[in-house]
Amino acid sequence: MTVTSETSAKRFGYSAKVMDHFKNPRNIGVIEDADVTAKVGSVACGDLIKLYLKFDPDHDQIKDIKFESYGCAANIATSSMMTEMVKGKTIDDARKVTFKEIAEQLDGLPRIKLHCAVLSRQGLEAALVKYEAKRGRVKIDESFVNKMLRGVLDPVEGVDIISAKMVERVAVEEGKRVFMELSAKAGSELAKSLTDDIRDAFEGLDIELNLKFKE
Amino acid sequence: MEPEVQGRGLVYLDNAQTTKLDPAILDIMNEFMVDNYGVPGGEFGYRLEEEAREAIERAREIIARRINASPEEIIFTSGGTESNNIAIVGAASSNYYRGKRLVTSKIEHMSVLRIVDKLSRQGFVKTLLNVDHEGFVNAADLKAGLGDVRMVSVQHANQEIGTLQDLATIGEISRSNSVLFHCDAVQSFAKEKIDVQSAKVDLLSMSSHLIHGPKGVGALYVRDGVKLQPLLEGDDRERGLRPGTPNLAGIVGFAKAADLMTHEDTLRMRGLRDELIESLLTISDSRLNGPRGEPRLCNNVNVSFRYVEGEAILMHLDLRGLVVNTGSACYSQKLEPSHVIRALGGTLEESHGSIRLSLSKWTTKEELTYAAETIRQVVGQLRNLSPLGRKLSAQR
Repeated sequence: MTVTSETSAKRFGYSAKVMDHFKNPRNIGVIEDADVTAKVGSVACGDLIKLYLKFDPDHDQIKDIKFESYGCAANIATSSMMTEMVKGKTIDDARKVTFKEIAEQLDGLPRIKLHCAVLSRQGLEAALVKYEAKRGRVKIDESFVNKMLRGVLDPVEGVDIISAKMVERVAVEEGKRVFMELSAKAGSELAKSLTDDIRDAFEGLDIELNLKFKE
Repeated sequence: MEPEVQGRGLVYLDNAQTTKLDPAILDIMNEFMVDNYGVPGGEFGYRLEEEAREAIERAREIIARRINASPEEIIFTSGGTESNNIAIVGAASSNYYRGKRLVTSKIEHMSVLRIVDKLSRQGFVKTLLNVDHEGFVNAADLKAGLGDVRMVSVQHANQEIGTLQDLATIGEISRSNSVLFHCDAVQSFAKEKIDVQSAKVDLLSMSSHLIHGPKGVGALYVRDGVKLQPLLEGDDRERGLRPGTPNLAGIVGFAKAADLMTHEDTLRMRGLRDELIESLLTISDSRLNGPRGEPRLCNNVNVSFRYVEGEAILMHLDLRGLVVNTGSACYSQKLEPSHVIRALGGTLEESHGSIRLSLSKWTTKEELTYAAETIRQVVGQLRNLSPLGRKLSAQR
């Protein structure tokens, strides 16, 4: 029995570049002493990435970035490309990278997979905002919390929980105590999955999270 | 048999999607395209017509024998989807039957679910039966309130997890309540024993391309006495239920394919299936979807791997020459997780890492050893990339 492996692969919808980044993802793994981590997406969605970033504090530059992925080929390829595009850039320059550019650099993505590029971009944004919060440049307030929640997905619809209108109220006291009311029913599969994902989104920040679900 | 089947250098384990044509069929099909290219005439016709008629009637006998029906109860169609449509829409549009309720299960093939859904927007009422964690319909659910039911449509083998429903029980309940019983047997035909008499089935859908026959041909069993309205209007061919020029070569090839599937094939696939299940379940955090043993389709294996996503597994396996399928949302063109895996009551996460491997009569032990080993490697490799998988290995 001889089985043939494919060396240069391309699929309808997945360019050779997407396949290359999927097969050999760049910057994969963890940074043990990362300055900041960001996890966006959801296990229930089957679409999740975790980013690890290390900064040069004097120049506000991304010194190193790595990622881990639980997701499809497009999820892996877009995260890989995103990390390549922003590594070595200053925070300001990294922010200029759009999800469309990530897709373009991969020679395009199927329309239904564009959300993967969006997710990797959201992950980057979450990481940068968290870094700035840690450095005291960004206040931990309602707007900050909302930004973080943009990276948490409604596992059923696959859109972020702010757009899905699942977050009914957000309040922050003294930049430390964060209160949230969510529309999911307490004790449900959805509530459990959201609790995990929201806790992960704020991981590493010095805050107290209080989540309230519907009775 | 030595698999020249794998001439493309692939280990093809997606035989529930389609199969390779049995080369033994090609010559016969060729004959009915190039030399005997007529179409059946009536009771008397010229020689080409007569030869075509005889060929189709022989084919009808072969298909009928396979399910213990009479030849006149078989009509040829373009495949499983058309058979399901003729059966369900045909019975629904026939005023002969009482009741406006159509009962089916949550794990049927999309063709059945979509027809029933469409009819429910046209004055019919639909009931979707739940299944248990192994995919079995509960006969007690079926018994409840059959009063206004026109038709029950429950498949024989499930396309994703291989659950074989207890047709005899469903048939008995339906018949004793004067309710029509349609069975989609596309996945099981010629692989598992089907007896429409003892199982009291009224309508049964079959397909050719899942048993190494040509694509684009199938059959529908219509029990003598069951009234259907045709979907298409035209001539009187196939008892007027399926008018139009018959796919002669396809029908002949289909019957030959059915003839070539033997009980030994079934037994061998069953043995290989169980070995494959055992070796895949030695991979950590894996779970079998669907039942074990006899009530499982002889060529179906479906295993979920936690912490990894099905599309990524499938793409990596494809690059290594191994062809499988997945119920992952990311692989579906609508980004929806498999309705079958979801109906089993598991979490969304469990649907994403499900991999289906479906064997053919040519599948060898060697191929399955390669498959299991390759899947072990790929799952391990992807878990190394996964924040969930890494957390897991750190805990151990």
